[in-house]
Amino acid sequence: MLFILLGVLILHLIILILLFVSTAVSAWSVGGQKSTDLWYNCMTNNGGYHCKPASSEDWIQAVQALMILSLLFCFFSLIAFLYQLFRLVKGGRFFFTAIFQILASVFVMCGAIIYTVMSPDDASITQFGYAYVLAWVAFPLCLISGLIYIVLRKKE
Amino acid sequence: MLTFLALASVVLLGIVPEQSQAIVIYTGWERHALVGSDIRLSCSFFSWRWTSEDVTFSWTYRPDGSRDSISIFHYTGGVPYVDNKGPFRDRLEFVGNPGRRDGSILLKNLEFTDNGTFTCDAKNPPDIVGRPSSVRLLVFEKVPIQAGVITGAIIGVVLGLLVLIVVIYYLMRFLVARRVFSLSVSKHGKKKKEGSQQRQGPVPPADPSKIKV
Repeated sequence: MLFILLGVLILHLIILILLFVSTAVSAWSVGGQKSTDLWYNCMTNNGGYHCKPASSEDWIQAVQALMILSLLFCFFSLIAFLYQLFRLVKGGRFFFTAIFQILASVFVMCGAIIYTVMSPDDASITQFGYAYVLAWVAFPLCLISGLIYIVLRKKE
Repeated sequence: MLTFLALASVVLLGIVPEQSQAIVIYTGWERHALVGSDIRLSCSFFSWRWTSEDVTFSWTYRPDGSRDSISIFHYTGGVPYVDNKGPFRDRLEFVGNPGRRDGSILLKNLEFTDNGTFTCDAKNPPDIVGRPSSVRLLVFEKVPIQAGVITGAIIGVVLGLLVLIVVIYYLMRFLVARRVFSLSVSKHGKKKKEGSQQRQGPVPPADPSKIKV
């Protein structure tokens, strides 16, 4: 029982870290001299490294908002899990935790989908960066974690 | 506090010598507009003197990237003179009220070539010493959304919904408890139809003296 608890908690923390890194680090699209991502568009010219904020398009602001929301909801679900661990009646299910976790996974999915569909098709940008990959990895992990919380019951 | 300020300003008005009074002209700092739309450039001034009949307003325009400015509007002797030869012919209209110190102009059907700086200069004789004020016009094809507006809006709405749902949930629980309670008070003696899970102990049947008000 303790192992399950520990495993679930570690999974949750891993998801939280993945979401945090994916949201904060600027590496959603890389390609040679140019890297664009959620917050900044950076370009390496002959003169140096120039960055300008990427908030000029509407869709990137939606992706920013969804990533931040998923991070917040994952954090709320962690707090709800810790709270329900000590306060739930015996035999009860972790519903609040599960709801927040599933909402977080839905938000990450929406954000990643919007970014995939709307990201610019420049020739110089060749591939997606690791922050984008982390977002896609975090989505199924988060969903699985949420489903585990639905199934989990508190025993004595 | 306000009366103290008013009193102080009146006293200062008497003390300040006439040579240091100057006219202060106010326009906006920057204006954004869509191509094809109309925009009103406002200009007003502050002067210690009463508005004279010889008050004058004049607007000049300097295109972006150019060093020369041309005069596009002049109001003097109670008559407004609008541009009839320059880039704004038939597109400029005077919508101000000089009696109320307002010298605003209306630019119609904006084009991309209208990007530039508009300078308003007002004179209220004998108060003529002042600095003209400039407003920069930016004409866009599509008005850009400021950074972070949509982000903040989405986050705010979702968090707000969350708080609302939690509040409604607790409110419903509280109301249901209340309704059960008030039901038993109004029907004094009849047994409640609903179960008594929310009550601390068993309900005594038909005992009005024990019911709390």
